[in-house]
Amino acid sequence: MARSWRSKPAILVLFIQLCFSLISSSLAISPGSADGYTIHGRVKIHSMGAKGYGLYQKTSNVKVILNAGQSVTFLRPDGFFSFHNVPAGTHLIEVTAIGYFFSPVRVDVSARNPGKVQAALTENRRGLNEFVLEPLREEQYYEIREPFSIMSLVKSPMGLMVGFMVVVVFLMPKLVENMDPEEMRRTQEEMRNQGVPSLASLLPGAARS
Amino acid sequence: MTLSLLAHFEVLTSYKNFHRSLRSITSFVVTATQREREGERVTMGTTSMASRVFLLLLIFLSSTNLSLSLYEDQVGLMDWHQQYIGKVKGAVFHTQKSGRRRVVVSTEENVIASLDLRHGEIFWRHVLGSNDVIDGIDIALGKYVITLSSGGGILRAWNLPDGQMVWESFLEGSGASKSLLTVPTNLKVDKDNLILVFGKGSLHAISSIDGEVLWKKEIAPESVEVQQIIQPLGSDIIYVLGFFGSSQFDAYKINARNGELLKHNSATFSGGFSSEALVVSSEILVTLDSTRSKLVIISFQDGEINYQQTHISDIFGDSLGTPVLLPSKLPGMFSVKIDGAVVFIRVTGEGKLEVLDKINNVAAISDAISLSEGQQAFALIQHGDGKIHLTVKPSHDLSGDLLKESIDMDNQRGTVHKIFINNYIRTDRSHGFRALIVMEDHSLLLLQQGAIVWSREDGLASIVDVVTSELPVEKEGVSVAKVEQNLFEWLKGHILKLKGTLMLASAEDVAAIQEMRLKSFEKSKMTRDHNGFRKLLIVLTRAGKLFALHTGYGQVVWSLLLPTLRRSETCEYPTGLNIYHWQVPHHHALDENPSVLVVGRCGKNSDAPGVLSIVDAYTGKEINSMAAIHSVAQVIPLPFTDSTEQRLHLLIDVNQHGHLYPRTSEAIDIFQRELTNIYWYSVEADNGIIKGHVLKSNCIQEVIDNYCFESKDIWSIVFPSDSERIIATVIRKLSEVVHTQAKAIADEDVMFKYISKNLLFVATVAPKGSGPIGTATPEESWLTVYLIDTVTGRILHRMTHHGSQGPVHAVFSENWVVYHYFNLRAHRYEMSVIEIYDQSRADNKDVWKLVLGKHNLTSPISSYSRPEVVTKSQSYFFTYSVKALAVTLTAKGITSKQVLIGTIGDQVLALDKRFLDPRRSVNPTTAEKEEGIIPLTDSLPIIPQSYVTHALKVEGLRGIVTVPAKLESTTLAFAYGVDLFFTQLAPSRTYDSLTDDFSYALLLITIVALIAAIFVTWILSEKKELREKWR
Repeated sequence: MARSWRSKPAILVLFIQLCFSLISSSLAISPGSADGYTIHGRVKIHSMGAKGYGLYQKTSNVKVILNAGQSVTFLRPDGFFSFHNVPAGTHLIEVTAIGYFFSPVRVDVSARNPGKVQAALTENRRGLNEFVLEPLREEQYYEIREPFSIMSLVKSPMGLMVGFMVVVVFLMPKLVENMDPEEMRRTQEEMRNQGVPSLASLLPGAARS
Repeated sequence: MTLSLLAHFEVLTSYKNFHRSLRSITSFVVTATQREREGERVTMGTTSMASRVFLLLLIFLSSTNLSLSLYEDQVGLMDWHQQYIGKVKGAVFHTQKSGRRRVVVSTEENVIASLDLRHGEIFWRHVLGSNDVIDGIDIALGKYVITLSSGGGILRAWNLPDGQMVWESFLEGSGASKSLLTVPTNLKVDKDNLILVFGKGSLHAISSIDGEVLWKKEIAPESVEVQQIIQPLGSDIIYVLGFFGSSQFDAYKINARNGELLKHNSATFSGGFSSEALVVSSEILVTLDSTRSKLVIISFQDGEINYQQTHISDIFGDSLGTPVLLPSKLPGMFSVKIDGAVVFIRVTGEGKLEVLDKINNVAAISDAISLSEGQQAFALIQHGDGKIHLTVKPSHDLSGDLLKESIDMDNQRGTVHKIFINNYIRTDRSHGFRALIVMEDHSLLLLQQGAIVWSREDGLASIVDVVTSELPVEKEGVSVAKVEQNLFEWLKGHILKLKGTLMLASAEDVAAIQEMRLKSFEKSKMTRDHNGFRKLLIVLTRAGKLFALHTGYGQVVWSLLLPTLRRSETCEYPTGLNIYHWQVPHHHALDENPSVLVVGRCGKNSDAPGVLSIVDAYTGKEINSMAAIHSVAQVIPLPFTDSTEQRLHLLIDVNQHGHLYPRTSEAIDIFQRELTNIYWYSVEADNGIIKGHVLKSNCIQEVIDNYCFESKDIWSIVFPSDSERIIATVIRKLSEVVHTQAKAIADEDVMFKYISKNLLFVATVAPKGSGPIGTATPEESWLTVYLIDTVTGRILHRMTHHGSQGPVHAVFSENWVVYHYFNLRAHRYEMSVIEIYDQSRADNKDVWKLVLGKHNLTSPISSYSRPEVVTKSQSYFFTYSVKALAVTLTAKGITSKQVLIGTIGDQVLALDKRFLDPRRSVNPTTAEKEEGIIPLTDSLPIIPQSYVTHALKVEGLRGIVTVPAKLESTTLAFAYGVDLFFTQLAPSRTYDSLTDDFSYALLLITIVALIAAIFVTWILSEKKELREKWR
């Protein structure tokens, strides 16, 4: 836990709005106007060999939400987003994208050290060196329907019934054949006494042989 | 699937005897088909037959995870999803060139959407944040949609074909002001088209390619109220015009290339201005003076500001009404609404006014659009005898009409509020027009060639309240014949389904199967079903319209624009508040239709007079209405009904007087008997006071009113204002049914739930922690929760969560409360559960006491007695922010519960109540495990398959409503926001019915195979016997 709480001020640099566009990775915070700071970040969604989720991968359907809806923003085509006029304090950023699970991110905007920022995923308390948000996992909303197979049919209650019948019809006579004729007669006698032959009485007989 | 297993094992266990089994199979087939007819309900009577093996198999086969999950092809089978956008406030057509014709709209729900002009479908849509109100919308470069929002603070560009955000610009400035968006068509600076935005007191010029702010000019440091920005065609000059104070007009002339201020003129006007100003041409503005009796023409040609005043009475003679300038942009003229008529006035070059036309009954006027030859035209809509009349006039000649059409209009849509027009060239090179109109009920319609091409019920994007109503009972003898007719169809369907399972189906067959499943006739029937799945959802929208939606596919059965909630002279700002069940006939009044009570008020404040309407739930006709009654602060549906099953309602006004409805002598008789037993509470969140009230006597007024009662306070709880502020109060749903008070726990022990309808959950936070996240530190914020008995005012439980803050969402059911809040120390959301148990009944476990009759099981439960309660509580982390919380409700309360969580991502997650059990521990004992207690984890799991909205979003989610179906296992859930979503949920799976998936054909085949096997074995054994005999 403590291991992951790295706070490297060197990485969490103060960014001036001018040079922001020059920095390739996304960072964090720049002093904006008098009433707050600006948080910049990036959402990266790899197509992790997703099956059938091509539809959800469009960045146009991704929303980034600050403090439970205080402000909502969208992604640019390259995945960047920014929040403006954010006051100093500890904030929460959530990313919503259908098909992906994102951890909310805790963002500390420091008033004493303008520009110093700490970001950490709240789910696993992992610190972020650069403000790039990636989904923790893909989400599969549907059960996968298993493809049709003979086994599934056999395993179904009706399949079990049929299977059982087959056993009774084809294997029982074989078992009965191998029986001692004496015992066989006795069993048949028993059956006749009972009136109707029943499976229950056949089964232990078979087991005994 | 569970019950299908039950049924089969019934067959299997009775297999001891061939003949008997044959009989049971045939009988089962018969019952199965009959039962399917009856709505696929199979009773649970067969459980007694279950053997141990069967149970084992059952456990093995029923999957072990707690989520109820869905296969992808089951989407739409039990759920429906509708997408809306809300009331349109701005629209831009994009019909140039070939390709898809579309209209881009912005709405009052902060939605921007691109709609197909042919069918009204949504191409793409974005719901902005709740405080990101859209001020302007336009199209730039022919490929970007530009939106200005947040009071001129955020400018965004969206790609027109797919809605991808291209750039986003934050405009900074000081002070709030009117925000204006102008996208000039031909203002180019270095091959870059400029977008002019006035917002936050500054004028910004923004590049339309990448959203970069090219220059910025502060206009309003001296609080000039900017009214208009004018950019004369083909010039590099921008005029910014505004009022300083109430009597000075300022004009700024700005170079469009660099934002340089070229000239600043101002001139005072002795008469003062009313706030709005209209542009007539590029150098003339028109406004009214502060008394609204004079028209003021302001011309600012070449920096010279001149005023010309004209008395209204000089133009119109002696009129009675006050004139209102209509905001439509018309070239060289303007329109004034006076005395219910609209007058068009042209301003000639020398500032002379010329009245062109006076038209009565005008509902809306569009802006002028330019036609091909520099000619301009505008449209106006008039109402008359159940029709709307659309007229398109060229702006240079009002006497000639380019188009005159009358269209029949459903009178439940009310009047036209807005109109936007667009023109196209017909094949014969004449001009055709299409008009997009926004109605009073917030619906959106496209008119073309004298007909409504499409309509959208966008009022449903702003639902205020929901109740459900049963459908009429089916007449006997009707349905059976229909099923007989469909028997062949039914068989064919099942053969298709079987083909599907055996993977033999072709692509067409698969499509047919899917369609068959989705379009089942049963679902949309207008009668009650055995399972109680078919109901009417009666929703009240912000526009004051009632809709009845069928739960089958969400189709609108009827709609009613409530006359009491329409704007009128007596009722300026009507708002709908709630719907209640007024009459739910079941026993002796079955032939009556159920009805609902709609409560509203005429104004935004709680002391505004109330309005009531009673509406028939089957026909959608208003039965009775009362307007401008006393104020309505609270509505209490009482648990008493009169002889016609009308429920008694007590309406509390702001003076704490109770008013009884219905106003009949029978109702007053019933009420007088129960007068002393009626208690209620009120919450004054601003003052931090919760009070309990009781009725005293009839009101003492000049006019004797038997239905009015005075009340007195019997208790009050005052929260210290410097440390606690009320942020949430929740009670149990009155209609909730609790199956049993006892809860069996491990070690054959029992606990008694403390079940009281009078419990109130209250959450308070420290005043510093009542802001949004990020404004308070953990040390200065705490959350305190209370359980309060609302009859006695007794606090049964109090607990403080240090370092936590709101917002708090909570749900109260049976004897537990689940609430969601933010933990500042961990910086994560948490959910907590409180369960409350009755200790006074705990002694009843003793068998000897039961035998000796010393138990208190029969002692009455009273709120007056001081209960001995014990509470258990536990907290867990939860990942997401929450927008709404609800709990599943079932008919008898036997089925286990799920908490439905509307997450920040506008999805609805079903979380089993077992995860929110305060008795969870890290290492549960075997006994506890058997009971179903899940080992404790620090956070609640988010299982993707347990999203009831699966891959869909309920954009702008605001509420979740659950209603029990008649079938115990099933509950109906309705989530609403900008979108609507409805589904059926079975928190413990459908243990009492066969699922839709159940393959009857496979069952039939098995039976046929078994019969064949019987015959084969019979023949074989005959032969063998014969051989034996010959031996």
